[in-house]
Amino acid sequence: MMKRRTLLTSMAALGAVGALPARLLAQGATIKIGDINSYTALPAFTEPYKKGWTLAMEDINAKGGVLGKQLEVISRDDTGDPSTAIRIAEELVSKDGVAMLFGTYLSNIGLAVSDFAKQKEVFFLASEPLTDAIIWSSGNKYTYRLRPATYTQSSMLAEQAAKLDVTKWATVAPNYAYGKDAVAAFKTALKKLKPEVEFVEEQWPPVFKIDAGATVRALEAAKPEAIYNVTFGADLAKFVREGSLRGLFDDRSVVSLLTGEPEYLDPLGDECPDGWIVTGYPGTDIKTPEHEAFAKAYIDRWGEDPKTGSVVGYNSLLAAATAMEKAGSTDTDAMLAAMDELHVKAPTGEFYFRAADHQSTMGAWVGKTALVDGKPKMIDWSYEDGADFLPSEEEAAKLRPAS
Amino acid sequence: MGFYLAQLLTGLANASSLFLIACGLSIIFGVTRIVNFAHGSFYMLGAYLSYTLVTHLSALGALGFWGGVLVSALLVGVIGLLVEVLILRRIYRAPELFQLVATFGILLIIEDAALAIWGAQDLLGPRAPGLSKAVRILGEPIPQYDLALIVIGPVVLGLIWLIFHRTRWGVLVRAATQDREMVGALGVNQALLFSSAFFLGSVMAGLGGALQIPREAVNLNMDLSVIGDAFVVVVIGGMGSVTGAFIAAVLISVLNAFAVLVFPQISLVLPFIVMALVLVVRPYGLLGKPGSEKGAPADPEAPLRPLNPAGRLAMGAVVVILALVPLVSADFTMILLVDVLIAVLFAASLHFIMGTGGMISFGHAAYFGVGAYAAALVVKWLGLSMVPAMIVAPVASGLAALVFGWFCVRLSGVYLGMLTLAAAQIVWGVTFQWQDVTGGDDGIIGVWPAKWASSETAYFYLALVLCAGGVWLLRRAAHAPFGYMLRGIRDSEIRAEAIGVDTRFHQWMAFTFAGTLAGLAGVVSAFAKGSVFPDVLNISSSIDALIMVLLGGIHTLLGPLLGASVFVLIESWVTRLEYWRFIFGLIILGVVLIAPDGLAGALSRLLAFLKARIRPGTDTKKEALHGQRS
Repeated sequence: MMKRRTLLTSMAALGAVGALPARLLAQGATIKIGDINSYTALPAFTEPYKKGWTLAMEDINAKGGVLGKQLEVISRDDTGDPSTAIRIAEELVSKDGVAMLFGTYLSNIGLAVSDFAKQKEVFFLASEPLTDAIIWSSGNKYTYRLRPATYTQSSMLAEQAAKLDVTKWATVAPNYAYGKDAVAAFKTALKKLKPEVEFVEEQWPPVFKIDAGATVRALEAAKPEAIYNVTFGADLAKFVREGSLRGLFDDRSVVSLLTGEPEYLDPLGDECPDGWIVTGYPGTDIKTPEHEAFAKAYIDRWGEDPKTGSVVGYNSLLAAATAMEKAGSTDTDAMLAAMDELHVKAPTGEFYFRAADHQSTMGAWVGKTALVDGKPKMIDWSYEDGADFLPSEEEAAKLRPAS
Repeated sequence: MGFYLAQLLTGLANASSLFLIACGLSIIFGVTRIVNFAHGSFYMLGAYLSYTLVTHLSALGALGFWGGVLVSALLVGVIGLLVEVLILRRIYRAPELFQLVATFGILLIIEDAALAIWGAQDLLGPRAPGLSKAVRILGEPIPQYDLALIVIGPVVLGLIWLIFHRTRWGVLVRAATQDREMVGALGVNQALLFSSAFFLGSVMAGLGGALQIPREAVNLNMDLSVIGDAFVVVVIGGMGSVTGAFIAAVLISVLNAFAVLVFPQISLVLPFIVMALVLVVRPYGLLGKPGSEKGAPADPEAPLRPLNPAGRLAMGAVVVILALVPLVSADFTMILLVDVLIAVLFAASLHFIMGTGGMISFGHAAYFGVGAYAAALVVKWLGLSMVPAMIVAPVASGLAALVFGWFCVRLSGVYLGMLTLAAAQIVWGVTFQWQDVTGGDDGIIGVWPAKWASSETAYFYLALVLCAGGVWLLRRAAHAPFGYMLRGIRDSEIRAEAIGVDTRFHQWMAFTFAGTLAGLAGVVSAFAKGSVFPDVLNISSSIDALIMVLLGGIHTLLGPLLGASVFVLIESWVTRLEYWRFIFGLIILGVVLIAPDGLAGALSRLLAFLKARIRPGTDTKKEALHGQRS
């Protein structure tokens, strides 16, 4: 009888221990952080990202870690599928006992993990997803985003576009949320700056399945004076090739989102178009002392130039570590409190996380594309601070759900 | 005038590209009856190989370019030949469609191999020497290379026609496409015929890829982005008909070239809409012949039998053990098991269509997704709570299956499968595009369970009850007179009709019933994940279910349960590793070669073998046939 009761008690005790949040128990000599990203689905963008945060982790740990402990990142592949990402997030939180989550590239996975973070009350730093829903219409207490918003980058380009002496615009963007957001933001911003502009044509090719010839022809038929392009990756290469073959870009201004990022610009090789106004990342051409140190360390470690993903990866982990230092613990509420107005001294310049909408003010570089010594480059660039292009904090707060 | 001519030429150039890849697929299916998922991978390999060759041979000018293209096409042919000889040849006798599991494994392996060899970055190859500019036709610039492609397509079609009509080999291929058994009976060496057809098909895929170099950057998404369209072209043209594939490629490409002028968003689903329309009017595609839809002849399967007492005890024990899991295990085990349960119900519902009903479905995710979305939509727009949503969802997916099923059951074989795929793609396209209601690809978030079910343990029990209940219902239906009727129709439609069975009605109802239960799996998944995205509706979701059913063994009711559990558990483990797709592919190939009758078949052989060892004298062969087929 006694025996049976002991057994039952110990089983109950076991159950109680199991019910305790694992992340309270598992923090030992290291601080574990969970990373989720589309490593197999989009290796071209996520490999540099992984190299970036790995470098940051090694830097931080070499300097003694965070709160006297070493950082340990448990990195998992979400296979490009949101429901897999949720399962991995669950495992990272409840089994591996990570203090927080960061990462994700695809917008839908970013949103799924962000909602998971809200439900399970875990701190999530969304590194790369571009959708603005993650900070505004679907924003929540537990999610912060690092990378400049689609809205921000489109507004930067609209500012440049307004300076051009043209009024008839056509747009081409991949047919999904990111493309739609980018076109809408650009249109609004440009109309505000220059009310006389008109948009004469819109093309919406399916993402990564552009029928470039037909799309280029349709744009040409509308005879616009300038084109706003949002396609990227393999679509961009096809679009550029067909467009230059068919003379679409002759005597036309082109404004193009993200095209200056090495991930998208480098593959164009000597077919890189001349004089497109783009947002991007000029890499080793940035000569600030902080960035030169970062670039050198990156090249020494990986034997290749840093890309946009590298910067995002590096800054993500740096921001997480800074938040933990400021919070003085890895308690979720303390970290969340620390995130508001958290200033991060990154290799790419200082930025902070806005309290009102949890968006970082990390900026982007705006410049022109050109072939320099046979290599595609960004020239005449300048760094634009994200804070100057985001809606004010009061306006942004209104975009978020009430709770 | 010039403008429309230019648009037409653009469409024709695309048509040539599409035709090259589709004709290889059509030849392979026509002769070997293999639904080759790896065809897109061969296309991608062709592009990568020719990128490497052409850049290295660029000093040779035009000779280097065209030489490089041809050599890479031949190399891909050799790779295809190896795949056929080493793997596929061993499993021709397996149940219908089983070979596609092997080609799926090959697809995974090639994806990671290409990543390891050529790296992640897109590669922009050189343009074709001498064809790198545009010429003006009626004042419109047309790329010279497009004109070259417009010539290459029909030339290849002509060559294939000559081979098929003027050589003995070609005559045999055509004969095999029409009646494989007969060709075998006449003493033709089938192995050689199959290998050579597979070689030719792979060469065409490689050629298609290699010729894309001057048009697009070679990238790791090429395989999946082309395979769907290639299947669509093959089906519109009629399976096994090369001329049909050409007409279909022209139809789709030219339509798309003009459609983007009027309604740019249509590109997303245009090929699938065209396919659906063609199949509704012409059930065998444009030039396909009746009979062209059938898979390889296979051994008739043993009749289903109700579980014997030992089997019932074992099933009961599994459920009891599952119910005890929360007492001893951590939260994550339950989360993983919920995923397993969802996959089991989803696969079992697909198996009801495919195994019991004998109808192929490549688009079962539609009903899973409609269930998930119906729940998410009533939660979001009507503010309903979990329990009503769980009732609404299966009803909605049942209705969707009722509507689509009415069209689908009018077809048979692979055509039926492709119509289900078209239906799924159209639902996906609408969901993706209708941002105001469905959230587009930003999906619907915040679909979490009610408070009482929100703990991992509570939701696990809920999922267990619903999924085990769903599986029980499916088994019950399979053993009911309705199930007997379905199996009768599957095994001999003519005889079933002769004894007065309304075959279409039964198949239609089976389709609806399975769709309803897939919707139940969908709603359990929606609340487990807290969000729904269009990904639940897309092709890869349908394919996963298909692989689970086939891997588990299509001839038994146990198959999908085993297949789904093993698939989810292996995937959950293997994705932790570097190059996991390569490893996963190898595992799949291993299973395919060891267990051509699926996991359930292998298990029953194992049990029969053990029984014979323990109780010598039992007839192992008989046991193997009847042991676990229930």
